[in-house]
Amino acid sequence: MKALEIRDLHKTYKGGTQALKGIDLDVQEGDFFALLGPNGAGKSTCIGVLASLVNKTQGQVRIFGDDLDTDLVRAKSHIGLVPQEFNFNQFETLLQIVVNQAGYYGVPRQVARQRAEKYLKQLDLWDKRNTPARTLSGGMKRRLMIARALMHEPRMLILDEPTAGVDIEIRRSMWSFLKQINQQGITIILTTHYLEEAEMLCRNIAIIDKGRIIENTSMKGLLAKLNVETFILDLAPCSKEPRLEGFEYRILDDHTMEVDVAKSEGLNGVFRQLSEQQIQVLSMRNKSNRLEELFVRLVEGGRDK
Amino acid sequence: MNSLSFTALRTLWIKECTRFMRIWVQTLVPPAITMTLYFIIFGNLIGSRIGQMDGVSYMEFIVPGLIMMSVITNAYSNVSSSFFSAKFQRNVEELLVAPVSSWIIILGFVGGGVARALLVGILVTLVSAFFVDINIHNPLMLILTLLLTATLFSAAGLVNAVFAKTFDDISMVPTFVLTPLTYLGGVFYSLSLLPEFWQWVSKANPVVYMVNGFRYGFLGASDVGIGTALSVLIGFNLLVFATAWHLINKGVGIRS
Ligand SMILES: Nc1ncnc2c1ncn2[C@@H]1O[C@H](COP(=O)(O)OP(=O)(O)OP(=O)(O)O)[C@@H](O)[C@H]1O
Ligand SMILES: [Mg+2]
Repeated sequence: MKALEIRDLHKTYKGGTQALKGIDLDVQEGDFFALLGPNGAGKSTCIGVLASLVNKTQGQVRIFGDDLDTDLVRAKSHIGLVPQEFNFNQFETLLQIVVNQAGYYGVPRQVARQRAEKYLKQLDLWDKRNTPARTLSGGMKRRLMIARALMHEPRMLILDEPTAGVDIEIRRSMWSFLKQINQQGITIILTTHYLEEAEMLCRNIAIIDKGRIIENTSMKGLLAKLNVETFILDLAPCSKEPRLEGFEYRILDDHTMEVDVAKSEGLNGVFRQLSEQQIQVLSMRNKSNRLEELFVRLVEGGRDK
Repeated sequence: MNSLSFTALRTLWIKECTRFMRIWVQTLVPPAITMTLYFIIFGNLIGSRIGQMDGVSYMEFIVPGLIMMSVITNAYSNVSSSFFSAKFQRNVEELLVAPVSSWIIILGFVGGGVARALLVGILVTLVSAFFVDINIHNPLMLILTLLLTATLFSAAGLVNAVFAKTFDDISMVPTFVLTPLTYLGGVFYSLSLLPEFWQWVSKANPVVYMVNGFRYGFLGASDVGIGTALSVLIGFNLLVFATAWHLINKGVGIRS
């Protein structure tokens, strides 16, 4: 079953910003899915639409088959949301926050109290249950929002940059917690800036940039793609057509060719084969690749942290 | 209403009540002090020189209006500040992501405002019992006007908070609209004391109908017809609730 089905989703904000320009996305039930993209790409907007915090301009969204336009109540109850910004009442205690959230979903108070204990304990917040949320550290606040999102036991958990501003130790423990609830059958979608995080956790990934999905594939497929570089070779005019064994290549015209080279392989083999055929390489450059460029940006952005 | 909605409404209502009880020093004590001062100064010191109004002592005359005044202010400010801060701290999103209908949101917040208004109303009534003997002429009318006034100003506070962009925006209306309307709403004087033109103008002020309807409940005397008073109250309630529903349902100020 599809946990999420998005078709042709558009969002134009009041000021005229086109945050989403026609998104199509499918997520299967049980998946651990990453939505990766740079600042301002439209990740939070997309999630806002799923969680009814943002009104869409156009398009269709289904959550476990329930359409946002026609089955809103059911669609909403499938989702647990962990937003990017803290959005609980700073003066309420942790227990009040999570128990009330369950109440809004119709969970009786008695049941809500039991669940509060379960999730606050799992997220290491039980000792703080009676303190006001404003006294928590940033990492604790993030975990509080995870506990709050689980209180109505949703089938899908959506997390918008759950590990922003969280130290590496707590990040690791959050990762293992998320893996564990995913194994129990909860579909998870998370947004992140960090390829590393997506790599650690996710099976499938979509990359969003400037309001469009530019890549949607399995994590393995993406990594394989990223490990191959494409070079453009300018060749001296020559009567023979160059041939390379063991490489993917394309002849563009009689003095230009493109070769795909795995990073582990290196370029020596290419040059050796061409020399043997007495073909002279005049110059060589990288073929620019939008995905790769984006990755360089993302990965470098990640390193700055 | 199904049981899920009922649980949601109950949760929101309890949360609203917990909020004003937690800050009772700011929410319950000030109206009691203000009203005590009014009773002492206007009722006792000045009132004793005024003599009778509408056939009762001046003190007795102003009690219903003063109770009404605190009901109006507290209903309004409870909902406007609670909803505005929910918007400001973004915890209104907790309601928006959940399967909670616009009506539940409105009823939950209004319910909180009404609870505080009634509590303050009771407190002020208790304070007034120190100064005058309280007689109730018509309990039904008393309760009806009290409830309808509390719901009306709670819902109006909600509408104000929906539009408010800063904390100043929620104190503007009470200062520039509510206070003048209540002071000119016949709390301290009988309309019959006014020149005919001003009596006529006063009848455009909805607070006049609330104060008089309520005073009728206590004293059996009113400057306006009881039927008219109730109709005005019900009419304004319908208007303000419809506005609130329209705004919340469209997500004005809360959904982008
Ligand atoms: N409420 C809003 N009103 C107007 N424009 C908005 C609003 N929210 C977001 N935008 C704009 O929409 C675009 C996408 O923003 P969005 O928050 O979805 O990006 P993001 O991918 O989540 O970025 P980040 O990684 O920084 O969180 C940006 O240009 C942003 O300025
Ligand atoms: Mg974002």
